[in-house]
Amino acid sequence: MKRVVVALIPYLWLLGLFLVPFAIVLKISLSDVAMARPPYLPQFSWNEGIGAFLSQLDFENFTFLTTDDLYWKAYLSSLKIAATSTLLTLLIGYPIAYAMARTPEQWRATLMMLVILPFWTSFLIRVYSWMGILSQEGYLNQLLLGLGVISEPLILLNTKIAVYIGIVYTYIPFMILPIYAALHRLDNSLIEAAEDLGCSRAKAFWLVTVPLSRNGIVAGCFLVFIPTLGEFVIPSLLGGSGTLMIGKVLWEEFFNNRDWPVASAVAVVLVLILIIPIVLFQQNQQKQQEAES
Amino acid sequence: MRLSGFNITSLTLGFAFLYLPMVILVVYSFNESRLVTVWTGFSTKWYGELLNNQAFLDAAWVTFKVAVFSSTLATVLGTLAAYALVRGGRFLGRTLFSGMIYAPLVMPEVITGLSLLLLFIGIGLERGVLTIVLAHTTFSMCYVSVVVSSRLVAFDRSLEEAALDLGCSPWGAFRLVTLPIIAPAVISGWLLAFTLSLDDLVIASFTTGPSATTLPIKIFSAVRLGVSPEINALSTLMIAIVTLGVIVASLLSKRNFVHQQQRNTVD
Repeated sequence: MKRVVVALIPYLWLLGLFLVPFAIVLKISLSDVAMARPPYLPQFSWNEGIGAFLSQLDFENFTFLTTDDLYWKAYLSSLKIAATSTLLTLLIGYPIAYAMARTPEQWRATLMMLVILPFWTSFLIRVYSWMGILSQEGYLNQLLLGLGVISEPLILLNTKIAVYIGIVYTYIPFMILPIYAALHRLDNSLIEAAEDLGCSRAKAFWLVTVPLSRNGIVAGCFLVFIPTLGEFVIPSLLGGSGTLMIGKVLWEEFFNNRDWPVASAVAVVLVLILIIPIVLFQQNQQKQQEAES
Repeated sequence: MRLSGFNITSLTLGFAFLYLPMVILVVYSFNESRLVTVWTGFSTKWYGELLNNQAFLDAAWVTFKVAVFSSTLATVLGTLAAYALVRGGRFLGRTLFSGMIYAPLVMPEVITGLSLLLLFIGIGLERGVLTIVLAHTTFSMCYVSVVVSSRLVAFDRSLEEAALDLGCSPWGAFRLVTLPIIAPAVISGWLLAFTLSLDDLVIASFTTGPSATTLPIKIFSAVRLGVSPEINALSTLMIAIVTLGVIVASLLSKRNFVHQQQRNTVD
């Protein structure tokens, strides 16, 4: 009996504060915007019954998403930005993870801590720290102008480049850690064997090290890709008005335009898009666990 | 094993990339000039301004309250959830339950925030500290639950069974055997929940009302207009607190580890 109570409290909490709210989003995405408080119609009422309520629902908001350029462009651009920055994070994170796995044993714990430490520092502050670096009078431009590399300050802040830098910077620990976990288990004699059998160093790396760290690479890529897709803070601080990302569109739709039904429809579609990478990620993790046990 | 030149280069560049932006932020927080990027001289005046800024102090207090309440609540709920998932066997709706534990971890914050706000408006709950606490508890309990379950999975179940055989009540066995063993995970779960709450901008922005402004909301609205010296000072203070916390925590866990090693060798 007591066991039931133990499970019931968190269960009810999540039902009430996770599932029900999401059902509300779904419902409002099928409503019409109205000059009312709250600003949408129909409002559900038990007196009229579910049938009457259902008959008033429509998919107008979803058709609206397909007709207005802004939305599908924002989804596409989010996908593109997330994919590109995942690739960049992999290219920068892999050598770091690789080098960490090659350092002497007594250094590794410290290096691990140094990778994790930024994660405990405020995300907002980490993104903010790049504003001073990338702005037109920023430290990077000062440095490059001082060195004589450039004669005109570069425009970096409020461009996509700044968004890429911000994403790579804040999410790189998520890439390094799983790859490091895969690489430090790697048996060195396998690489030696490959080299003994006539592989060049680069070839041994490509044919032995990379495939054996595949699980870490896949996990890291999903851990970066999934949260970046709905990112809000980075595009709004570093991206300027020119960078379209769906998280920002949702925010603006809700706070600036006060169009709750469209904001909800944007959210529903975003969840539908996210389901694919999340399911793939789950499968990868399960396969890995089965392989280990 | 010796490090090749390539590995040394990637470690150096990698960690420079990770830490240089924050080092610059800290250094320039002691800059005298209001023009943040132009160094004119050493000064701590921005820290003084910060401490005289009542709005920031109020926001810091709200943030702290929210973090303490929500992380404590999240730790209790998350530990219960982990216990139910790992030890509960099969029960009706278990798949839904574990789905609801994992979904908030991958749900974009804008969606979690939006959905909770719509709920609070729907049930007519006035928005303020309470609603932020409820929102933060909901997503951070999932993180706590993941951390605690990994520890629960790893430990030997026969210890609990022995306690039950020796006459402990289920609650007694949990309190006297399970809890001490999973305590490190529970503590790190609490710390994680606390940090997540301190850090959160998006969900707090959606679920708060005019009566409660948290520090991230305040920082965000200030930096939207550009870099500001007060925010640099504030960031430096926050970085200092976190670094100190992590160093103390790692020293403590190192000491525990050494103790355990010694005990093991004595045995």
